[in-house]
Amino acid sequence: MATTSTSLESRVSIDRRIRDISFTTFLSISIVASLAFIFYIIYRLYNNAGYLLSWDLVRFFPSYDIDTAGFQSSIMGSIWVVGFATLFAVPVGVMTALYLEEFAGKRNRFTALIELNIQNLAGVPAVVFGLIGLAFIARGPLSWGFTVGSAAIVLGMLILPVIIIITREAIRAVPPSYKEGALALGATQWQAVNKLVIPSAIPGTATGSILAVSRAMGESAPLLLLGALSFVTFNPTGLDSGFTILPLAIFKYASDSREEYQVLASAGSLILLAILFAMNLFAILLRDYTLRKRNI
Amino acid sequence: MSTTAQSGTAVMSLAPSTHLRRRNLIQSVIIKLMASATLISVLVTVGIVLSLLPTTFRLLGEITTQVFGTVWAPLFTPSQYGMAPLFTGTFIIVLIAMVIAIPIGLAAAIFLSDYATFNLRRIVKPILEILAGIPTVVLGLFGLYVVNPELVEKYWPIGDPLAYTAVGAGLMTGILIIPIIASVADDALSSVPRAMREAAYALGATRREVATKVVLNAGLSGVVAALILAFARAFGETTIALMVAGSYPKLSANPGDPMQTMASFIGFAGIGDAEVGSSAYNTIFLVGTVLFTVTLILNILGNRFISRFREAYE
Repeated sequence: MATTSTSLESRVSIDRRIRDISFTTFLSISIVASLAFIFYIIYRLYNNAGYLLSWDLVRFFPSYDIDTAGFQSSIMGSIWVVGFATLFAVPVGVMTALYLEEFAGKRNRFTALIELNIQNLAGVPAVVFGLIGLAFIARGPLSWGFTVGSAAIVLGMLILPVIIIITREAIRAVPPSYKEGALALGATQWQAVNKLVIPSAIPGTATGSILAVSRAMGESAPLLLLGALSFVTFNPTGLDSGFTILPLAIFKYASDSREEYQVLASAGSLILLAILFAMNLFAILLRDYTLRKRNI
Repeated sequence: MSTTAQSGTAVMSLAPSTHLRRRNLIQSVIIKLMASATLISVLVTVGIVLSLLPTTFRLLGEITTQVFGTVWAPLFTPSQYGMAPLFTGTFIIVLIAMVIAIPIGLAAAIFLSDYATFNLRRIVKPILEILAGIPTVVLGLFGLYVVNPELVEKYWPIGDPLAYTAVGAGLMTGILIIPIIASVADDALSSVPRAMREAAYALGATRREVATKVVLNAGLSGVVAALILAFARAFGETTIALMVAGSYPKLSANPGDPMQTMASFIGFAGIGDAEVGSSAYNTIFLVGTVLFTVTLILNILGNRFISRFREAYE
């Protein structure tokens, strides 16, 4: 055996072998560089602002004095805005996905149009959602102003197509035999969907929704247009309340060239990354847990 | 119905009881509720178009051919509406991003589809997901604090780069779209039938030859889709361009200069609470219309390539 394999290998010319090796090296370097970049960015942020990290940073409100400056109002603002965006986008998204997968019937022109619409909505640049928010929600017909409510609707619209697409995939992954069994026993379509399809699709939907929500948490562009880039020293108290969000609090400090504000921006980035990594980790653990539970 | 007429007892059992009627009623209410939820996504699209077009046309009626000028200063008096600097700024930053992201993104996709073992794939995939999850404001910060002063200012050969540079923004946008190229292209390459690979191996091809000459060709439409979607994403990126390339719409071919993109102009002009109907307020909708139209065309094109690919192999 050993002799055959060597004789086979020797037929590959040196020129080809060099190209093979350099190609493999190039692929490995690309992967390692991507990984290294993640660590490097965290290292640089930590190097810059690590000494600032303490609970005070989360507890204090924004200030021009670095010793008493913190991110409480922007973290609370992010939680309020993203929380309400989730309350809007997840139910609407899940209902849309259920309708398209289970109730809309065979593919026809109407569903094809809706699908095309959702696909393209997912590709609309985030900042354009800020424009619709500005024209119709903050100003114009709704005139809700630069409030938590306006921002929540805008971010909700932004993650809606993502949640629809993810939920549809989760629904499609449920074996059709589950539902067919229930239908054969005389259940209505809705009973079969409600009792069998939805419970099986929950893990996939939950994982995907958390990822979509974490995207909303890190999003900054659309809310630039909704007045979130302001110096807010209070926590939101309701939907009509003014607000800022963590990514834009970072942006605000970063746009000031003074050294101490750069440190604050780096510290804010570390907090934001920590929140997003925690959400992603939770999503991954949830996926693993439910997969394991189903296998048993 | 014809069977029920044949025997009286069957009529009794098939007549809907109150219980059965109730569950049918529940179903019809729920279906209507879901159908109306479906309409919300349509409403969002309609809303976007309605928010953009009227203002855009009103402004275009005022400024007409001024959009072809070379100075973009809509927020100053006298206002100038030449969009050329925004186009060049956007184009240069997107081009740099693609130059960075195409080799690395495709390398990652080929690595995942043809080189990685099952376990290695389980490690590399989440890494790319984490990279995709880094918020743009953090990438922008890194570009502003690290890439511009430590890389561009020191080593850029042309001119004298300062705090804001297009090349820095291009680099960071490139990193942003690497995971998009990697994941869409990996989906495509991984679904190329195994038999194609095996046939090539049987003919004596090496792994590299199989990956680059067979798999990459077979999955080409999926790879093209990945590039188009990544291009669209880079095109619409706001925060990175705003933080790293600054907000000065300079008409220049030197990537070491500060520049403004279409998206970053919207973000920049939107920061100041523009008065409804003012020219600043109207121009962001004009630029938004261009941004929306271009990304829409790119997305339709990209998704068409994806569905063509799916038809071929799935």
